Amino acid sequence: MSGYSITEPSKRQKWVAGLLVTTYALVTMLPLLWVIATGFKSPADSIAYPPKVVFQPSLEGYVNLFTTQTRISPDMEATIAPPQTWYEQIVRDKGMVIAGASRYGQRFLNSVIIGFGSTFFSVFLGTLAAYAFSRFKVPIKDDLLFFILSTRMMPPVAVAIPIYLMYRQLGLSDTHLGMILLYTAVNLSLSVWLLKGFIDEIPLEYEEAALIDGYTRFQAFYKVVLPQAATGIASTAIFCLIFAWNEYAFAVLLTSGTAQTAPPFIPTIIGVGGQDWPAVAAGATIFLLPVMIFTIMLRKHLLRGITFGAVRK
Amino acid sequence: MADKTIDRIARATPPGVAKRVRGLSDRTIAWLFVGPSIFLLLAINIFPLIWTIRLSFTNFRVNRVNAPIKSIGLRNYERILSDPDIWQTMQATAHFLFWTILLQVLIGFTLAYLINKKFKGNDLWTTIIVLPMMLSPAVVGNFWTFLYQPQIGLFNYVVGFFSGIDPSSFSMIGSINLAPWAIVIVDTWMWTPFVMLICLAGLRSIPDSIYEAAEIDRASKWRQFWTLTVPMVLPFLMLAVLFRGIENFKMFDLVVQLTGGGPGSLTTLTSIDLKREAFEKWRTGYASAYAVILFVTVFGMASIYVKALNKVKDR
Amino acid sequence: MRISKFLISTAVFAMSVVGATSALAEDLTVCWASWDPANALVEMSKDFEIKSGNTMHFEFVPWPNFADRMLNELNSGGHLCDLMIGDSQWIGGAAENGQYVKLNDFFKANSISMDDFLPATVTGYAEWPKNTPNYWALPAYADVVGWTYRKDWFNRPELQKQFKAKYGYDLDVPASLEQLKDIAQFFQGREIDGKKVYGAAIYTERGSEGITMGITNALYNYGFKYENPNKPYDIEGYVNSPGAVKALEYYKALYESGTPPGSSDWYMSENIDAYKSGQVAMQMNFAFIWPGVNADPNVGGDRTGYFANPAGPAGQFAQLGGQGISVVANTAHMDAALEYIKWFAKPETQARWTEMGGASAMRSIVEAPDFPSKKPYNKAFLKSMSIVKDFWAEPSYASLLLAMQARVHNYVIAGQGTAKEALDGLVKDWTEIFEDEGKL
Repeated sequence: MSGYSITEPSKRQKWVAGLLVTTYALVTMLPLLWVIATGFKSPADSIAYPPKVVFQPSLEGYVNLFTTQTRISPDMEATIAPPQTWYEQIVRDKGMVIAGASRYGQRFLNSVIIGFGSTFFSVFLGTLAAYAFSRFKVPIKDDLLFFILSTRMMPPVAVAIPIYLMYRQLGLSDTHLGMILLYTAVNLSLSVWLLKGFIDEIPLEYEEAALIDGYTRFQAFYKVVLPQAATGIASTAIFCLIFAWNEYAFAVLLTSGTAQTAPPFIPTIIGVGGQDWPAVAAGATIFLLPVMIFTIMLRKHLLRGITFGAVRK
Repeated sequence: MADKTIDRIARATPPGVAKRVRGLSDRTIAWLFVGPSIFLLLAINIFPLIWTIRLSFTNFRVNRVNAPIKSIGLRNYERILSDPDIWQTMQATAHFLFWTILLQVLIGFTLAYLINKKFKGNDLWTTIIVLPMMLSPAVVGNFWTFLYQPQIGLFNYVVGFFSGIDPSSFSMIGSINLAPWAIVIVDTWMWTPFVMLICLAGLRSIPDSIYEAAEIDRASKWRQFWTLTVPMVLPFLMLAVLFRGIENFKMFDLVVQLTGGGPGSLTTLTSIDLKREAFEKWRTGYASAYAVILFVTVFGMASIYVKALNKVKDR
Repeated sequence: MRISKFLISTAVFAMSVVGATSALAEDLTVCWASWDPANALVEMSKDFEIKSGNTMHFEFVPWPNFADRMLNELNSGGHLCDLMIGDSQWIGGAAENGQYVKLNDFFKANSISMDDFLPATVTGYAEWPKNTPNYWALPAYADVVGWTYRKDWFNRPELQKQFKAKYGYDLDVPASLEQLKDIAQFFQGREIDGKKVYGAAIYTERGSEGITMGITNALYNYGFKYENPNKPYDIEGYVNSPGAVKALEYYKALYESGTPPGSSDWYMSENIDAYKSGQVAMQMNFAFIWPGVNADPNVGGDRTGYFANPAGPAGQFAQLGGQGISVVANTAHMDAALEYIKWFAKPETQARWTEMGGASAMRSIVEAPDFPSKKPYNKAFLKSMSIVKDFWAEPSYASLLLAMQARVHNYVIAGQGTAKEALDGLVKDWTEIFEDEGKL
């Protein structure tokens, strides 16, 4: 902005607004910073009173997160080899030995498989449907927006009842495929809507030119529209991924182990003798960080994503 | 019905082009492109809904494979609607809805208003503020239980630090008076940015020329705010409230992890109650009726609301 | 378009993983709760792997989610577990719905006798219907609610003097529940070594079974009964007897005047935390935690003593915990699963089990003359195991439990209504459940 404008806030106004917003942002960040910090505390420090801001960093939380441990008696300890690695040392210092890997890695992998699998299908199907809706006249107005919304109005716990029965019949309960199908269906409304918005913004002239040049309709879609919509498809994919990544209700009701994702698992990370907060925090940190990074990447399309494309900047 | 749509679709291609297009016809493509999605939505959204409705008239229990399934008419519905405990959960849900939406609208709008002052670095701070919204509610809820610990938790310590109250003297999750507020606080922390973003879009959609005209008319800043800013942002704000209302009516993950519905049944929201009936007591028929009632409620309320929203929009 | 290529390859990878769910034969999965004994089981099972050539896998779920998750697994017909070390109260449902394999013939064929196990554990963990010789599990882990207390604090002369002056009897292991409450109130809010401490950590958890597992220890001892001994499912006047009302009032008074602030949703792990961090003088908990307490650097050794749940006016009882090990009916590895049970039932395996931190229910082990002196808590354990009672093990146990959780928590923790109203409400709920089940 150069020159004077009536609507431009004064310096003082800007300063006050900046101060207030910055304060709010810092307060809002506190819990997240606390999660990350707690992951690097020793269990004793994590429950210290008053809460410790300065502490000796420790990787015990991360070690506990990825391993299961067994208590050993001192006379038994004498019979086994001394610890070979730094993480074995950490465990041995507590009078325990590592019994094996914990389930966290496997649960995290489940989240990745189910997240990417469902994202792929919902974006794939969503792109096709969105193109058809966008390019061929379909009566869409608020009615359809409302219909799409309505598939999301049902509380997941309510939808889960018949899905549970259906999956039991089909042998899909606690399988990756079952969860991928379910998340695909749940995300479909989001992806159709977002992508329709993106494709609407691609001018028709390109396709028409392609058709006149002798392309088939399908080629026009594939060679002209898809490249134009790449950014939209990518950000839609990330939104679908974040949803599948964060989802808890279906995951907790329809999986029990084989296909269980991380969100139902993380709260159940429990230490030996009491809640192991550093391990929980470590698990949460690893799980939340990708989403934080995606959020920062998606800044521009965030509003679209959270309102199903109803509001665009 | 679908057939008609497809016909219309097929006629939508510019006539000059249609003759010269080779390959698959538009009609086939429309079918190919829309079909799979429609099929999947029918299979995983609509069909289960119909099944739920059918189950709601029976005494079926998932965990009793050998028990006979009897049709018991409207008995499940009678039971639910005459159960005082259900009304208690409805009350808890209403309390949660009212306060979360009120706080989020107030704080969210204020933040948007301040960010719209375009101070230096507002983009950075906006990004930081929206982070909580994108995180997994279950994981967040679980971690807030740690922040709320009376002896060791950060929340109690910070409150104690600023107010002089002994941090170990109150327990946000454990006490009868505070638990309903504990869930409101976390939800507000998490979802205020959502309302903020939508309000910000609303504020940015107002053209400067309107304000300039108002300045020429000598309208005070206060008047400008109430007669220009608020009405222009209102449709956006109402949309935000709709989204939050639906989301919080379904609320499950965050609160389950935070309080598990306790103490007593004070924070047992309808979804948590429904989960107990369906997946802990295994009263499938009863829970199906419960689900239908919830669905009708949210659908009915949202319909009325959307009508009002459209009225505001058209003004 | 790199994104979509990446997505496609990911999807292909995902599908291949999904396709590869058929595990190799002889892969056995044991499902149990995640706690110390489970890790001991992992360690111990290596012996079975060597002897049988099977590979063992384990799925452990924390206690607050254990019943939820595992019953969900059983009811959904999942194939996660071949062997289930399930809670004692699940037996009825799992037996009647055909989720567990009946083990009578197998026991006979392999000469495993239920007479070799503590009678309370056989009834509690293996039989359905109760007190009939129909076995659906092998007693695996004997457990019961008991108490730990800070012996070092109890032994301080100045505290002993003060206590005696105030209550007129010695500060020692409480002889009755009333005395336990006195002691809890005595320690409540006291400064010990410059730190504020509280009386007792008790079970108050709402979500799963916590407060029920806690309050039954008062209910039984004040005269609560689940049903009319002569007429099954007749509960009016037994569940809400005057004694039962007193027990509820007792527990509420104990909660309000003798427990740490904020302990409104506590179960095993929270109680352990409070005790190990030196917040409380006494702790109610299942006996499985005792080895851990004994080994703890801060409160272990001589600093802690153990006692069985004290008597009330109507007798001395304690809430049974513990589990039996069962074969899940839809396992694909039936023979290997039975082989595991056979191995687990061997006396030498059971001896090793006790050594490693398990709790055997085998009589030859716990009734051995040197057993009480082996560990500081064994005496309290034996005493507790001789006075056990258990919650309903009906097929509708989950509904019965949730009704009790809600009624009791609403009264004790949320302070709604009176104890009589809470129990009358419970009678109403339970009667309704039994009517739905066709038992009444």
